[in-house]
Amino acid sequence: MTDNMMEKKTFSSARVTQGFGFMLLRLITLLTVIPILGLVGYIIAKGAPAINWQFLTTMPTDGMRAGGIMPAIVGTLYLTLGTAIFSVPLGIAAGIYISEYAADNNATRLIRIAIINLAGIPSVVYGLFGLGLFVLFLKFGTSILAASLTLSIMTLPVIISTTEEALRGVPNSFRVVSTSLGASRWQTIWRITLPQGMPGIITGIILGLERAAGETAPILFTGASFFLPQLPKSPLDATMALPYHIYVISTQVPGMPIQIQYGTVLVLLIFVLGMDLTATIIRSRARARRQW
Amino acid sequence: MKKFIVEDLSVRYSDDNESLRGINLEIEANAITVLFGPAGGGKSTFLRVLNRLNDLADVKEMKGKVFFDGVNILDSQTDVIDLRRKIGMVFSRPVPLPLSIYENVAYGLRMAGEHSKAKLDAAVKNALRQSVLWDEVYDRLNDSGYAISGGQQQRLCLARVLALEPEVIMLDEPTSALDPVATSKIESLLTELKEKYTIILAPHNVQQSARMADYAAFFLMGELVEYSNGKEMFLTPKDKRTQDYVMGRFG
Repeated sequence: MTDNMMEKKTFSSARVTQGFGFMLLRLITLLTVIPILGLVGYIIAKGAPAINWQFLTTMPTDGMRAGGIMPAIVGTLYLTLGTAIFSVPLGIAAGIYISEYAADNNATRLIRIAIINLAGIPSVVYGLFGLGLFVLFLKFGTSILAASLTLSIMTLPVIISTTEEALRGVPNSFRVVSTSLGASRWQTIWRITLPQGMPGIITGIILGLERAAGETAPILFTGASFFLPQLPKSPLDATMALPYHIYVISTQVPGMPIQIQYGTVLVLLIFVLGMDLTATIIRSRARARRQW
Repeated sequence: MKKFIVEDLSVRYSDDNESLRGINLEIEANAITVLFGPAGGGKSTFLRVLNRLNDLADVKEMKGKVFFDGVNILDSQTDVIDLRRKIGMVFSRPVPLPLSIYENVAYGLRMAGEHSKAKLDAAVKNALRQSVLWDEVYDRLNDSGYAISGGQQQRLCLARVLALEPEVIMLDEPTSALDPVATSKIESLLTELKEKYTIILAPHNVQQSARMADYAAFFLMGELVEYSNGKEMFLTPKDKRTQDYVMGRFG
């Protein structure tokens, strides 16, 4: 009898502890949402009044203290596109190779570790590397080309590892069946594995490019300009870009109207969060459509 | 006529799981040869040697010879893709490719370079007729291969193989995931198909083995214990181990 009561007591106290634990975890999880909501809300509240058609489509005037931010928007679009041109095909190709062709040996493991570590390198180091290799050694100058290549190197590891992961997620039975029906390894990849992994790959591409679009340090020495009176005409011209423009107007220009600063930040935020949203939509749609 | 002559075949995987030791076996054309025995005995490995599907697995060692119509297919010169088109395979779990019903059946032909829509249409229809699936799916060929029942999926997998007009059809526990009705459909289908094809079947139980076997081979722990025609094997097995297994004393 006493034993029984003891048991009951421990049992219920365990339940209380557990309930308390879960509540704590829930609270902590909620806490992580607050900074995001706070940050986005604050930027929207402060920046939204600055945004209008003119702000988005005209050149800055009066030493950037008035007018629009069109060249920075266009520049960031150029850089993102340039980065995509180099990093997407290379990244997918490398991801396919590692997932589908490379033997499972130490060399492959080394490559994989190298790629993971590449993703952890501080972005300013990429910037200096790009300065040395593309701007100076290959003589591209500070240009869209040099900046795009630098951002590509930074983006590659993300695209490679998400491609690899997406392809690994495709059930092996598909490869076996396809092979048993007389498909070559490449046919199996092209017809089955790659299409099935595509949503994951696209998500990885967008996340990688999103990071590239928002980075300042890698383009600082390789292609970004303080101010340009006109839009770049060729890939060998330097360009203005949103992240660097934000740095410039927040620290380098005295008497800068505050709402232009917040407005510019909001535009960059919309750009990046928009890409994020696109990736999320693609992923959830693909998940809903998947049959296996 | 002998379709396959296997001489002294030994296979070992890197993880030392299911292996084969010194298998000698001849497989008759236009008959159903049943491979049976407890799980892990080497039946699947044996099948995957015949179409070189084992190339995808982590094989540590493979010795011996496998003659297919007189040619040793373990030779490094073998065109494995052509070989796999001649030796079709149906797996234990129906795995439609993530494509439409039509594209599942047309897959092998497309991979072989067939582009003519008319030829593909005819081949798909013919294969689905042969696997007795046509009447059930003719009006939804563009639906996903996953939109049909498990039994239908397995017949789709068979149709996919038949579309290539192979010489040999291998089936590795093809009905283990199916209900009795779907199972009997597949079984009667195989009995018809043996007129045209060499069939190698690894059933998942002794009853199916006994029902289906023209010839039977008993595999136990990587060894071929006994081979004879189906009647002898299941009525008067010679080896003690075969007797025990057939009588249900173990397994």
